[in-house]
Amino acid sequence: MFLARVTGRVVASTLYEGMQGIALQWVQPLDDRGQPEGAQKVACAAIESGPGDLVEVVDGREAAVALPGEPFVPVDHTIVGYVTQAVAHGVDLAVEADPS
Amino acid sequence: MLIAKVVGSVVSTQKDEKLQNAKFLVCQVHDHNNQPKDQYVIAVDSVGAGEGDMVLTAAGSSARQTTLTKDKPCDAVIMGIVDSWDLGGANVYEKWND
Repeated sequence: MFLARVTGRVVASTLYEGMQGIALQWVQPLDDRGQPEGAQKVACAAIESGPGDLVEVVDGREAAVALPGEPFVPVDHTIVGYVTQAVAHGVDLAVEADPS
Repeated sequence: MLIAKVVGSVVSTQKDEKLQNAKFLVCQVHDHNNQPKDQYVIAVDSVGAGEGDMVLTAAGSSARQTTLTKDKPCDAVIMGIVDSWDLGGANVYEKWND
């Protein structure tokens, strides 16, 4: 899993069957100091997250397990939680940042 | 998932027989600002995508979670066709304007 900032939303009306109704959002992965690291990815949102939220993302095959009903669908990133507090190296990473 | 533009296709008459009815599309990865990256992937199509479509691709063992690719030697699948996206409310890509 990794920390990420939700930055945007994707609309895709043609999706693999079983994925209808799943929100798709852009996430910017963050390093353990809360700084953007690596390319942004598109993740399914298993929670009501939106741009600006600091979240946890699970990747790999388990991303589908995180979705309601554990559907058999080809997804490799899912937002599974909001970060209330994240402290690493003595720094609180849950600092408000510009989502763009 | 990654977003990519379908830029071509691959026909392979001799390939692993488990992949016989799979259509391979060449997809160039685009970043969140819709800039093409120097990165491409050959992905199995599972939603009827075609050249020019902006698609969503899943990689790794997640790619085998479709009826088409289950238990097949496949690590990338196209599982969505993108209509639009925005970043912080600002539209970045719209299929109808592409």
